Amino acid sequence: MPPLTAETVTFFVFSVPLVVTALGVVVSRSPVFAAMNLVAAFFFMAGLYALLGAHLIAFMQILVYAGAVMVLFLFVIMLLSLGDEHLEPERRKPIQYAGVLGAVALCAVIVAVTARLPETAAAVTDPERFGTVKAVGQVLYTKFLLPFEVTSLLLLVAIVGAVVVAKERI
Amino acid sequence: MAPITWYLWLAAILFTIGLSGVLLKRNALILMMSIELMLNAANLTFLAFARQHGDVGGHAIAFFIIAVAAAEAAVGLAIVIAIFRTRGALNVDEVNALRE
Repeated sequence: MPPLTAETVTFFVFSVPLVVTALGVVVSRSPVFAAMNLVAAFFFMAGLYALLGAHLIAFMQILVYAGAVMVLFLFVIMLLSLGDEHLEPERRKPIQYAGVLGAVALCAVIVAVTARLPETAAAVTDPERFGTVKAVGQVLYTKFLLPFEVTSLLLLVAIVGAVVVAKERI
Repeated sequence: MAPITWYLWLAAILFTIGLSGVLLKRNALILMMSIELMLNAANLTFLAFARQHGDVGGHAIAFFIIAVAAAEAAVGLAIVIAIFRTRGALNVDEVNALRE
C-alpha cells in the first residue's frame, strides 16, 4: 500500500465517483438518466487523465466526449421523444447473466495479469513538457502523421455516412 | 504517484461495467453509451502505460481513439434513427431481419 499522498487521495476522489456513475449508466432504465451519468463519468475520467499528466487528452475528453458526443446523444433522445413503452424490459434471458459472469471473469484475468507488472514508473525525461499540446502535437505530426491524416478522412466519411443513413430523402 | 496498476485495475473494472451493459441492456441508446464506456477504459489503459514509460505516443493513440469514438457515435446514432423510423423499434432484440 503506497503512502497516502495528495495524488493517491485525488485518485480516489476521481475513481470512486467514476465507478458509481459508470454503474449508473448500466443500471438506469431511462436513456436520459444514463446519458447524465455518462457525462459525469466523462468528467471524472478527464480528472484521472490530468492526474496521469495527459493534459491535452483530458481537455479533449471534456470537449469531444462530454461536449460533442453527449450533445449528439441527447439530441437523438430528444428527437425520438420516447415514451414509457421504450423503457428497458425488466425480464432478461439467463444467457445474458452468463455473459456478465464471463465479463467479470475477464476482469479478474486482467487484474491478475496487471498485478505482475512492475509498479515503479519510469522517470519522465521532461516532466515540464509531458502531455502538453506541444509534445503531443510534435508526435502527431512526425511519428503518427499518416494515421493523423487518415483520421480526417474517417471523420469525413462519418459525417457523410451519418447524413446519408439518417436522412429520409436527399 | 499512485501506482500504475491502480489505473489498470480501474480500467479493467470500467471495461467490465461497459461490457455488462452491452450484454444486459436492450435499449440501443444505452447500448451505445456502454460502448463509449468501454472505449474510455481502453483510453485510460493507454494513458496509464504512456505515463509508466514516459512516452507521449500513448497520448497520440488516445487521441485517435477519441476521434474514432466520435465517428462511431455519429454513424451509430444515425443508424438508430433510421431503424426507429422504419421499424419503430429501439429494442435491439426486435431488429433481427438479417437473422431470419
